[in-house]
Amino acid sequence: MEILANIINGASLGSVYAIIALGYTMVYGIAKMLNFAHGDVIMVGAYVCFCAVSYLGLPALAGVLLSVVACTVLGIVVERLAYKPLRNAPSLNVLITAIGVSYFLQNAALLIMGSDPKSFSSIISLPALQLFDGKLTISATAVITILACVVIMVALTMFTGKTKMGKAMRACSEDRDAAQLMGINVNSTISMVFAIGSGLAAIAGVLMCSAYPTLMPTTGSMPGIKAFTAAVLGGIGSIPGAALGGILLGIIEILARAYISTQLADAVVFAVLIVMLLIRPAGLLGKPVNEKV
Amino acid sequence: MGIKVLSPQTRSTIITYAIVIVAFVAVTLLDGMGLISNSLSGQLVPICAYVSLAVSLNLVVGVSGELSLGHAGFMSVGAFTGVVVAGCLARMGIESELVLFVGAAVVGAIAAGIIGFLVGIPVMRLRGDYLAIVTLAFGEIIKNLLNNFYIGIDDAGLHFSMKDTASLGMNQGTILINGPKGAVGIDKISTFVLGIVLVLITVAVVLNLMHSRDGRAIMAVRDNRIAAESVGINVTKYRLMAFTVASALAGAAGVLYAMNYSTITPSQFDFNQSILILVYVVLGGMGNISGSIVSAAFLTVLPEILRPINQYRMLLYAIVLILVMVVPHTRIYQRVAETLRGRLRKAPADAAVAAEGGEGDE
Repeated sequence: MEILANIINGASLGSVYAIIALGYTMVYGIAKMLNFAHGDVIMVGAYVCFCAVSYLGLPALAGVLLSVVACTVLGIVVERLAYKPLRNAPSLNVLITAIGVSYFLQNAALLIMGSDPKSFSSIISLPALQLFDGKLTISATAVITILACVVIMVALTMFTGKTKMGKAMRACSEDRDAAQLMGINVNSTISMVFAIGSGLAAIAGVLMCSAYPTLMPTTGSMPGIKAFTAAVLGGIGSIPGAALGGILLGIIEILARAYISTQLADAVVFAVLIVMLLIRPAGLLGKPVNEKV
Repeated sequence: MGIKVLSPQTRSTIITYAIVIVAFVAVTLLDGMGLISNSLSGQLVPICAYVSLAVSLNLVVGVSGELSLGHAGFMSVGAFTGVVVAGCLARMGIESELVLFVGAAVVGAIAAGIIGFLVGIPVMRLRGDYLAIVTLAFGEIIKNLLNNFYIGIDDAGLHFSMKDTASLGMNQGTILINGPKGAVGIDKISTFVLGIVLVLITVAVVLNLMHSRDGRAIMAVRDNRIAAESVGINVTKYRLMAFTVASALAGAAGVLYAMNYSTITPSQFDFNQSILILVYVVLGGMGNISGSIVSAAFLTVLPEILRPINQYRMLLYAIVLILVMVVPHTRIYQRVAETLRGRLRKAPADAAVAAEGGEGDE
């Protein structure tokens, strides 16, 4: 029973990673950039929700909506101001800019909210689930996190597969110049991807802080790195890959924490990543690209 | 006069060394006149350490063309090995600070080099962003492992454990490394002079490597891996060579850094530290050694200069970082630069060449 509980907790943590990883992987797919500021958008989302609920006294759902809207706007603004001028610059310059944005968000949060950790009250107030005569307890947060991840995955797959905007996104990530020749507005498509990714990050932030309630300006950075790892594990650029990578990573992390060592859990997670990449260098669901001479 | 007949490569090499030596003389003179504030003189050794780190990372990122996000990991291997070595030597009765430091730095560099080599073997099978994430992962693993290392020394010798200090089974010795609390009670034996010497050694190693046959092979692999392979260059060997040398140099810089503080913890050498070093390299210019030196020194001092506006300084640092990257790509800047370039062309062409400095483009 214990192992089942651990796997469910792992899947819940992994769902958060998966939702964050979706943002990484979509931005990478279309803009070919590693958006290191993505982790900090999670933190901003969690703070917005925290402020809305604790200071403004809004209901939880309104808080979540507000934080999604705020992060979506933030994502678009950051893209316009910091990344758009660098569209044809070397990828390392874009990486450094993303790091600059990450520092900026962290320090802005530090100035506005202070360095003391805030305790985030869970937005989910449902009772925990009791299964097998109470032998297995699953918190409502875990259930809702996993459900949210599934819903987001299905919605996103349908969006990229069926809608015009989604097809434009796939076309841009396939070949940006060719997409432009076909009359696709590449700039607005990239903005859209940033908007979706940041909105998802807000949801991930709220869900994560509901499960692990300490909120600090640096809260987003480690989950950000883990989600990035998850995106690479699944094959960066692939949406199902991000989901698979995220959930696997979450389960491995929780199992390592429970059965190997609390302190070494992160080392185990990263070691698994390295081994997997050595076996499949393009990630689990990534397409290996052959280099042309 | 004489400088005109030198090849551009020799000229830029001379300029690189000159920057370090002039900076050293200037700082020593200013310090002698008491013009350097306390907080700034406390930064002198870290500046040297960061300059060495930036130059060594430039060997990987700029010269070899691999994005490494785990440089701080090798720095920490060097730092903690150095602390243990210095602890051992001190216990053996060696009092000379120079001997202690050199011993620590050499062993630290060797240890980091070995770890770099071992990490490099799997890492060099990958490319691009996958390579980047794996170096990041190794950096985090090294940090995580060091967080669980307990090393102590007593009359019976070194004791090692991965559990806690009690399981070391020590008999009244000193604990050198104490898990997450890191190394405590380090002798602060790093000095600015030692730092400058280390910077010069690092620069010499990197420049000589770059200008050697091996260095040209490394750059050939960077510019076109397939073409390099087709003319018989062993790609893995040269990528691994650059990675290992850079790791060893980072280890030595780590020793310098550690010996400047009485306490260091493994969590100091995290992903953010690696990123910080990468920022120096990118701002200074890829493959441009003198650029790395200047940007590492400037960016280490910048937060100190901004101290009067303490609260906002990291925010400002972030904005500076973004602007430095974004502004050269805005239309206004490009138009201004175009006009300036037009005017410069009329001036002696020599000035323009000297201003470019281009280290990597031979």
